[in-house]
Amino acid sequence: MNGRSELPDERAKRARFGRRALAGFAIMLVMLLGVAGRFVYLQIFEHTEYSTRAKANRVRLKHLPPPRGLVYDREGRLLADNVPAFRLDVIPDKVKHMDDMLQRLSAIVPLTQDDIQRFKQSLKQHRAFEQVPLKFRMTESDRDRFAINQWQFPGVSIDPYLTRNYPYGDEFAHVIGYVGRIDEKEQQRLDPDRYAGTTHIGKTGLEKEYENLLHGTPGYELVEVNANQRPLRVLQRVAAKPGKNLYLTIDERLQKAAIAALGGQTGAAVAIDPRNGNVLAMVTIPSFDPNLFVNGISQADYSALLEDPEKPLLNRAMRGGYPPGSTVKPFLGLGGLELGLRKATDTVMSTGTWYIPGSSRGYRDDVRYGSGRVDLVQAITQSVNTYFYSLAYQMGIQRFDGWMAKFGFGSPTGIDLPDETGGVLPSPEWKRKTFKQPWYPGETVIAGIGQGYWMVTPLQLAHALATLSGGGLSHTPHLLAATSDGLKAPEVAYPQPPPVQITHDPADLAAVRQGMLGVVYSPLGTAYQAGVGKDFPYLIAGKTGTAERYSRTTNAYNTNKNLEYLAERHRAWFICYAPADHPQIAIAVALEHGAWGGSAAAPIARKMLNQWLADTPPSERPPVPVTAIATQSGAQGPSTP
Amino acid sequence: MNELVASFSGRAFRIGRRIFSRPRIDLPLAIGLLVLALIGLTVLYSASNLDRSMVLGQAARFVAGALLLLAVSRIPPTLLRAWTPWFYLLSSFLLIVLMVLGEGRGAERWLDLGVIRFQPSELMKLAMPMMVAWYLHPRPLPPRWRDIIAVGVLIGIPAILVGKQPDLGTALLIAASGLFVLFLAGLQWWKIGAMLAGITAVAPIAWHFMHDYQRERVMTFLHPENDPLGTGWHIIQSMIAVGSGGVLGKGFNQGTQSKLEFLPEHTTDFIFAVLGEEFGLVGVLALLVVYAFIVGRCLWIAANARDTYSRLVAGSFGLAFMVYVIVNGGMISGLLPVVGVPLPLVSYGGTSAITLLTGFGVVMSIHAHRKWTP
Repeated sequence: MNGRSELPDERAKRARFGRRALAGFAIMLVMLLGVAGRFVYLQIFEHTEYSTRAKANRVRLKHLPPPRGLVYDREGRLLADNVPAFRLDVIPDKVKHMDDMLQRLSAIVPLTQDDIQRFKQSLKQHRAFEQVPLKFRMTESDRDRFAINQWQFPGVSIDPYLTRNYPYGDEFAHVIGYVGRIDEKEQQRLDPDRYAGTTHIGKTGLEKEYENLLHGTPGYELVEVNANQRPLRVLQRVAAKPGKNLYLTIDERLQKAAIAALGGQTGAAVAIDPRNGNVLAMVTIPSFDPNLFVNGISQADYSALLEDPEKPLLNRAMRGGYPPGSTVKPFLGLGGLELGLRKATDTVMSTGTWYIPGSSRGYRDDVRYGSGRVDLVQAITQSVNTYFYSLAYQMGIQRFDGWMAKFGFGSPTGIDLPDETGGVLPSPEWKRKTFKQPWYPGETVIAGIGQGYWMVTPLQLAHALATLSGGGLSHTPHLLAATSDGLKAPEVAYPQPPPVQITHDPADLAAVRQGMLGVVYSPLGTAYQAGVGKDFPYLIAGKTGTAERYSRTTNAYNTNKNLEYLAERHRAWFICYAPADHPQIAIAVALEHGAWGGSAAAPIARKMLNQWLADTPPSERPPVPVTAIATQSGAQGPSTP
Repeated sequence: MNELVASFSGRAFRIGRRIFSRPRIDLPLAIGLLVLALIGLTVLYSASNLDRSMVLGQAARFVAGALLLLAVSRIPPTLLRAWTPWFYLLSSFLLIVLMVLGEGRGAERWLDLGVIRFQPSELMKLAMPMMVAWYLHPRPLPPRWRDIIAVGVLIGIPAILVGKQPDLGTALLIAASGLFVLFLAGLQWWKIGAMLAGITAVAPIAWHFMHDYQRERVMTFLHPENDPLGTGWHIIQSMIAVGSGGVLGKGFNQGTQSKLEFLPEHTTDFIFAVLGEEFGLVGVLALLVVYAFIVGRCLWIAANARDTYSRLVAGSFGLAFMVYVIVNGGMISGLLPVVGVPLPLVSYGGTSAITLLTGFGVVMSIHAHRKWTP
């Protein structure tokens, strides 16, 4: 190059370069100041916002669902338990293509259509960064297979949880009920804070009734996580408060004995302690396995339960409505005395047929030519229809209903279970409302023998009998005796409403009891043939009932002794209490297909009595829970042994 | 034999002594670089989760780079100028080799020469301004249109090669370093305006030829909240890191964003965010001041250089260096798209550090030879 000749030019070039360099540096500085300004903005003005986000980034709030309270029977047998299990959880935020992921996942862990449907439903109920359960109760092999392939599924994890378990299966399905996954409707009404992290809720039975007690209070953990959501350490932990344990009045042995005694016959049996309203047994046949429902019942299992003609999901003990038949006679007879219509010694002539005065329509006795002249005791003992036809007629439907309602007929007993039905106590108003028809006097007459529109549940009848046997003191039947805050915490009696005295004269009760003893012990008694009272250390007072499912249309009825035919037409009842002089248990047994109350239902009740009073000496039975004593104080009633 | 070895080692020693005995380096610039390297190693130590071997590795590269710097600073600019076309052709050739048989991590940026793996595109960052300066050096300035077009070709070929790798960010930076030479050569403002207008017109066409991931990055840049777990994640987490640092920062090794791996690439492209999180605004501004000082010093050296080539090379190198800082800072603070540009001399990475220090060696050489006649 010829640098020397360009020398004069060199100064100008240098100056021009200097200007350009300055301009370039100035431009760069402006841009650098722009970047610096951005940092000032982020680090001073937005500092609070980003600090919060940095914390939110690394700190995850992990809900700790409270362990559900346990349920024990009166002797401490565990009826509802929590067992550890594993489930598959998905954080929707971390999954890019949900459907694709589910498809790939189903190749590794079997996912049913139900699982996926439920999962998609619950996706809507959760926020995107919350874990949504996909599959509950994973088997060990599923767990192993997934663990190997987990890296392919970001956002999917196996988490331990406690699942509800009912060790006695179908034995208590209708009492304890079951828990199930929270559905959309429940989600809306539940307090989101109390149910954070909880997936299950009581759906039926005690699980539903005492959801508030059983649920407990959730805790939480503040966990520091890294970008992969891997927990690094726990910053703060507030433990969940477990739900209260429930101690029931029910006795597992008696329950089992009742189930065995029913022997698979469709029906129900309820036993109540007349002294305090404690429900000792409450059996419905057929039943089902509540464990099936806990983690989502399969469509096939559910269909099978729904399509079973014997309707295993129907809680017959408190929702099955049956005409009470002759079992109402002791109650009506007592009403006659209490209302002053009759004295115990007053007699009625039974000729086989009874006519409303001035009418030609006849109402039959069970014995073709009648039982002759009977007083109250004989009328109950022999179940003489005529006595009660005339008494009901004499009483009139208004007073009749008023009296029966005192025993709880026609309305739910108020037991601590959801969805109890109240049966039907027919009245002119009820009939007008339901059928838009007037009331006929003949309907009053047949109501006197528990026929017509009457519907009672086995629980109602057991409750009424408990009231009758317990000196006319009406205790609301209940299953929950006490609660506790854990195994070591003391049991706290669960308060019950005070009992109501509904009768006036103990002598009236004594007369009725005499009649009911006759049912069992008099050779003329309707349960005598069945030998209910034979070789039993205590006196049993009982009453049979046989309600007709269809009205009599032919005379064939009177001659047909084919039990299968009768079972088809009848519902058999037997109610009893014992020991008759100081009752400790009142039982109602109902059979949907029983031929006669005395022959079919009474032996079942006897087996329950054996279990409760004879096979287990009273001294070995646990004492009456404190509830009974607490609530009885102040109430007038017969002295309790 | 022994004599041969002795004479050879003796010669090598003499050459070494000649190079290092009286280093004619610019002390302020050297101090600036030293401070920068120390800041870089400190932040890297924290960002790597106190990984000593990583920091020592980076320090070793700094030492290698410093030796190269000292060596290059002894070479007269006239010699460097004479070598420039060969250097440019070598870099271009390596880019082509890379394109043919490159192996990469997603993007083909790395060339494996058995002993060392490096990124030819980093080499081109230095070769580009030198080549444009070489071309413009004997020609009348301000550059004429035909020279501008020729320069456009010189810039365009490597830029496209790098852009094809695909590494759009580096391609743009390489192009920018070439264009800075044009700017410093006194290109008229109206021509600059015309060129900018032309680029604006061409942008939609460029969009058409972009890779999907590049478009996605631009789109994510515009709306990071739309994709909080994909590409937007990087920007959001980086802004959280910087913003949560506040004025004074969370303290050395206390940054939760990088420690808990929320911050991606926290030893390389996003190391600036680690600094912002742990040392706060004070640390950020201090770093920017160091950078501004280094660049200012480069431009001062350029202004005092003795010939056009030297001025253009030193000046454009300084401006390009500043652009790296601005682009990286803009990227991690959410001002600019995520383009994958390291923070010069702070981000972990060998090729970049060594190339940059070599570049500073050129600047030092220009400084050392400012009073010499060729």
